[in-house]
Amino acid sequence: MLKQIEGSRAVAEAVARSRPQVICAYPITPQTHIVEALGALVKKGDLNAGFLNVESEFAAMSAVIGASAAGARAYTATASQGLLYMSEAVYNAAGLGLPVVMTVANRAIGAPINIWNDHSDAMSQRDAGWIQLYAETNQEAADLHIQAFRIAEELSNPVMVCMDGFLLTHASERVDVPGQDEVDAFLPPYAPRQVLDPADPVSIGAMVGPEAFTEVRYLAAERMRQALDLVPAVAADFAGQFGRSSGGLVRPYRIEDAELIVVALGSVLGTIADAVDELRDDGIRAGALGITTFRPFPVQAVRAALDGDHRLRRVVVIERALAPGSGGIVTADLRAAIATADGGAPRPEDTIISTVIAGLGGRPVTRKSLREMLTSAAQGNLPPFSFLDLRSDLVTSELARMRAARRSGPSAENLLRDLGVTAVS
Amino acid sequence: MPYERIKFYQTGSFAAGNRLLPADLRSVQSSGDRANALTCGHRACQGCGEALGARYALDAAMRATKGKLIAVNATGCLEVFSTPFPETSWQVPWLHSLFGNAPAVASGVAAALKAMGRPEVRVVAQGGDGGTVDIGMACLSGMFERDDDVLYICYDNQAYMNTGVQRSGATPPAARTATTPAVGPEPGNTFGQGKNVPLIAMAHEIPYVATATVADLRDLEYKATRAMDFRGARYLHILVPCPLGWGSAPADTIKVARLATESGLFPVFEAEAGQVTSATPIRRQVPVQDYLRLQARYAHLFRPRERTDVIARLQAAADRNIARFGLRAGPGQPEQPERPPVPVAPHRDTPQER
Repeated sequence: MLKQIEGSRAVAEAVARSRPQVICAYPITPQTHIVEALGALVKKGDLNAGFLNVESEFAAMSAVIGASAAGARAYTATASQGLLYMSEAVYNAAGLGLPVVMTVANRAIGAPINIWNDHSDAMSQRDAGWIQLYAETNQEAADLHIQAFRIAEELSNPVMVCMDGFLLTHASERVDVPGQDEVDAFLPPYAPRQVLDPADPVSIGAMVGPEAFTEVRYLAAERMRQALDLVPAVAADFAGQFGRSSGGLVRPYRIEDAELIVVALGSVLGTIADAVDELRDDGIRAGALGITTFRPFPVQAVRAALDGDHRLRRVVVIERALAPGSGGIVTADLRAAIATADGGAPRPEDTIISTVIAGLGGRPVTRKSLREMLTSAAQGNLPPFSFLDLRSDLVTSELARMRAARRSGPSAENLLRDLGVTAVS
Repeated sequence: MPYERIKFYQTGSFAAGNRLLPADLRSVQSSGDRANALTCGHRACQGCGEALGARYALDAAMRATKGKLIAVNATGCLEVFSTPFPETSWQVPWLHSLFGNAPAVASGVAAALKAMGRPEVRVVAQGGDGGTVDIGMACLSGMFERDDDVLYICYDNQAYMNTGVQRSGATPPAARTATTPAVGPEPGNTFGQGKNVPLIAMAHEIPYVATATVADLRDLEYKATRAMDFRGARYLHILVPCPLGWGSAPADTIKVARLATESGLFPVFEAEAGQVTSATPIRRQVPVQDYLRLQARYAHLFRPRERTDVIARLQAAADRNIARFGLRAGPGQPEQPERPPVPVAPHRDTPQER
């Protein structure tokens, strides 16, 4: 049913229609509205599920591990510090092959503490063994959750649905929240591959040494390989039933003849599409490639999207997280994908890749800034690594302070003082 | 069937004499139908108190639940020695996730069973003292305060034995561990530290809290059984000597556990809703030296010279326990009748609600 609805609320309703049996909640901004809405649905009796108010994110993930192993469809949501706090259990859920679904309302990681949006949290867990799906819109966020349960349960592998904190979670827009009958037709009841059952006792989580650990990990890799086929198949199924396109591996935009391609994940893709349109108006053949499934990384789909004739292409990767000392996380995967070229296109030597760190800790990624940056990229003036809209004056003065005195003080406070946010002492 | 009442005082434990008892008073372990939840073939050390305690506790819980039991295990000795790939000693459905999350995992299992309409299946979570009093404390307290329908069993051997005997929050004062070595002027673990998790559990006012040792296995069976009478969060803290970590003879595991209670260092009691409802009296109090001397972790208290000052502090701690829990069965109080063979509480089809 079409309605004007907050993203968190739409996701909560989509999750509820997926009939989770156990939901664990621990509050962290900007995830709170999702679990609050689910809690209300359970309390009212509209959703028949166990709702556990746990004492930490570590407990939240642990409890959904137990619930899933006991045969229940289990869900939780978190963000930022919460995702890091539960990290040990995040890896564990994947290692045990439990089809948990979790929303990550993407938010920066401190210090400095920051409640606003970027992708540092989810990116930190990219190798935890979870499938990671990134929503571009609130419609897609809602849809991805319904698909996520099906993907997770079919593969016996957890799925993380990432949606940009505030930009999506707190934005009200038009969303078609699927009805219960539609979701029931799409999502069969959970049939666990392994379950704790007194009638047929098994040991789950046994110790495995060198004699088989590699093989267990191979199977994790194999599940990811299978996911590369399953994710688009589920998306196609979804499109067939619901009549709209959501999910899948990648989403190209005006890419066919593009010489300049912007690669990004999440809600920034909407702004990027607008910038691409403007660049096209300026005569620059620009396009965009959205990566919906970041784990497993869709190497072939990315290569196919970037495949053109062998002319020189520029690729600009918008990174919503910084990998200090390395650069860009998405860039590294993209480079690897292109470097696997075996005579086909795109050829590494024909592709110039630039990393642009953008939108950290809630800094807006504006169409104007994107357009200027991409124009300079098209002219060959964009360095391999840069920050979008960096306040160079702030950085320069702090670096000068650090050179001038050993005890220069906490940088974050110094920058805020320069900005006039904190009083000069 | 006529039978003669056996005086168990001579042996100092209830471990003997099953075959002389009427069938309904025999221990769970004496039954050929016992679950053998933790069956033979595991890799525990000789004389392992934890393996013994786990088998008795889980078999009793299995009988109380008519076999409808799921066990969640924290990382630790019990997990490692019971499930070396590709073998498992568990004959109950068993889940191991992490070191510090067993209570929360069990909460999730219990929530799932409730959501799936299977209230007859009950949940036990178990771990060592490290997994319980230290790294698992937050999850344990959360499980308690939510009154989740889980029996948590702590097998307390008073240090991190699986990693090589390092100090935990349950390590007693003066004890030598790998991280509280017996060197310097005040060798061993520091006085004035550590936490008493049975009392912390009681502060949550959960339906049932009990302590037990592997010296009194009938009492242990009774408490595991009794715990299954309740719905909600329950806590059972079992003292399990570790020959490796304590430096005691494997053959002395039961004896050491018995001396821990008879010296007053480890009070055995049960509590409901935050109130102590019974304490096992000490029949024949022994000085703490009797307990300490059997363990190499306290050897520095006796060699090269006897540390009477340290021993006196430990004796004072034992005396405080005796006073606090009313453990003395001496003059002035009627001698507690020797406890009859503890009947295993009959299974209730409708466990009482809190």
